[in-house]
Amino acid sequence: MTLSEQQSSIDRIRQDARERFEALGFPTSRDEDWKFTNLAPIAKLKFEPAARDFERASELLRDFPANANRVVFLNGSYAPRLSSPGIVGTIRQTPAPILELHLARHADYRRDAFAAWNTAAFEDGAFLFIGARRVVEGPVHLIHISVPGAGPGSAPSVAHPRNLIIAGSRSQVSIIESHLGVQTYLTNAVTEIMVGEDAVVDFTKLQNESVSAFHIAAMHVSLGRGSAFTSRVLSFGGALARTQITSVLEEGSCCTLNGLYVTRDRQHADNRTTIDHAKPHATSHELYKGILDGQSSAVFNGKIIVRKDAQKTDAKQTNKNLVLSEGATINTKPQLEIFADDVRCTHGATVGQLDQEAIFYLQSRGIGREDARALLTYAFAEEMLDSIRDEPFRVYTGQLLSGRLAREATA
Amino acid sequence: MLEIKNLHARVGDREILKGIDLSIGTGEVHAIMGPNGSGKSTLAQVLAGRDLYVVTEGQVLYNGADLLALSPEDRAREGLFLAFQYPVEIPGVSNLYFLKSALNMIRKHRGLPDVDAMDFLALVKDRMQWMDMDQSLLNRSVNAGFSGGEKKRNEIFQMAVLEPQLAILDETDSGLDIDALKIVAKGVNALRSPERSMVLVTHYQRLLNYIEPDYVHVLSEGRIVKSGNKDLALTLEETGYAGFESAA
Repeated sequence: MTLSEQQSSIDRIRQDARERFEALGFPTSRDEDWKFTNLAPIAKLKFEPAARDFERASELLRDFPANANRVVFLNGSYAPRLSSPGIVGTIRQTPAPILELHLARHADYRRDAFAAWNTAAFEDGAFLFIGARRVVEGPVHLIHISVPGAGPGSAPSVAHPRNLIIAGSRSQVSIIESHLGVQTYLTNAVTEIMVGEDAVVDFTKLQNESVSAFHIAAMHVSLGRGSAFTSRVLSFGGALARTQITSVLEEGSCCTLNGLYVTRDRQHADNRTTIDHAKPHATSHELYKGILDGQSSAVFNGKIIVRKDAQKTDAKQTNKNLVLSEGATINTKPQLEIFADDVRCTHGATVGQLDQEAIFYLQSRGIGREDARALLTYAFAEEMLDSIRDEPFRVYTGQLLSGRLAREATA
Repeated sequence: MLEIKNLHARVGDREILKGIDLSIGTGEVHAIMGPNGSGKSTLAQVLAGRDLYVVTEGQVLYNGADLLALSPEDRAREGLFLAFQYPVEIPGVSNLYFLKSALNMIRKHRGLPDVDAMDFLALVKDRMQWMDMDQSLLNRSVNAGFSGGEKKRNEIFQMAVLEPQLAILDETDSGLDIDALKIVAKGVNALRSPERSMVLVTHYQRLLNYIEPDYVHVLSEGRIVKSGNKDLALTLEETGYAGFESAA
């Protein structure tokens, strides 16, 4: 029995989500969570069904370093001919009784309109289950591609990717979720990740949407006792892109949330994290770096909650921004809500420009001014890519980053 | 090789160089000495092209061409090298990558192809031995976390790899203990050649015990107030700068 065949509790949840979405409507700037991110351009869009343009999709994947364990979704639905799924399944292929245990149990669709919309409207997404004690070699790729129509000027489309990842106790896996596309569209993604006891999950998200696309994503991560979860969110594309991560930490778990956002022209990147230290002895590290150019803008909002019995919590949050132009703006806001007394929490945010002394130093050795700027900018960002374990993907993202910075240098 | 004529420069509203005249021939080593605030480092930075300083008057000819019209990178590509008084830390850029980029930029300017990777490594390892530097420094970020002495040695190491025509050493001796000073001097002496000129900017005579200059100039309040041979440095060591300031 699959999801589409069976009347299950999931159908009731989706019906509930539909009602919530209708009741909530699109958030506005009066909503504190959306104060600096204007959704008017999305609200104006009239979505139409997209064509299934496999050729354009496979063009986008030409240099993409993913061979085994890869599922590809085109405009929200599974594209078997672009996939080599290996150990990954899809939501539609997965029997409802399995899905029911976790799907939509974690992401908050009651208060989050976009999560509600996704829950009500999603067509498909990746389903990954890693059995207890299993160690997966190499990364698992979840790839979401949007190609709205055949020609330029075609109507925008919308996709609601929905991913569910369950890592059994003491399992280990590395996952890469990528978003690519052309033209104008909206991606409204939700990813739920359950990290079992003592499991180790390494997660990379590459947001390299079309520069005229909109990307709204919610991730929810539950960390079991003694588990370790590391994420790095690389945000390069999109006219407006937001990734919101909520993680809930069980006793003794370790949560690392890293991110890099690179914006130019009129791009807007919004990164929002909530780390909920629900239980004692958990550790969290967070480092988000931003590079802003042109008239672009970015938001970083990092909330850390330390619950009353979460003693011996160790939490560190850092946000560093490199602003390359006068027209760019960054809003950075740490939010610490601490209800326990024996904890260590630190946070810090910096906003700076390129070091003129360093530029001159490089020039004095024969390196041109623009090359010097690009080199220093790349050096600022590089540490965020260094920890990507899969070498082909690390090289690939390094090239994407260089390309982005080179274009900034000539602009 | 270098001809400085009536050079005036200021930072903000403050005039620091008030008419420098100096001529440096090919293969010569000149020492420029002077008290703090006399304008020594400003002269070095102006020659390298730091835009913090504004040249208000005068001229600098380098191999007969207008040096001040060139960008800092083009000066470097034309063979000018400044060893910084305060070398800059560049986290995230490895020494090796930095030096290779610099060398290739200079080679490209001269119409040469990129340096062969193996040749480059051999060159770098050889020059590191001169400077008694550990090879692990190659993969570390430029100057990041280096001690004061390591930074100064790294400057001379870069110079040894880039092989400039005209090297300006800005207070390379300051902050060095005697052992480090000897290593730095050894590197500089190894680079002395009939085709290469050097300017040693220093506050103290100490460095000149190890690197013997052909000429010594005393800079005070933005002007060269006395020039002579290496004996002038010894006189300075005895009398101090006080007498020269009144002469300015």
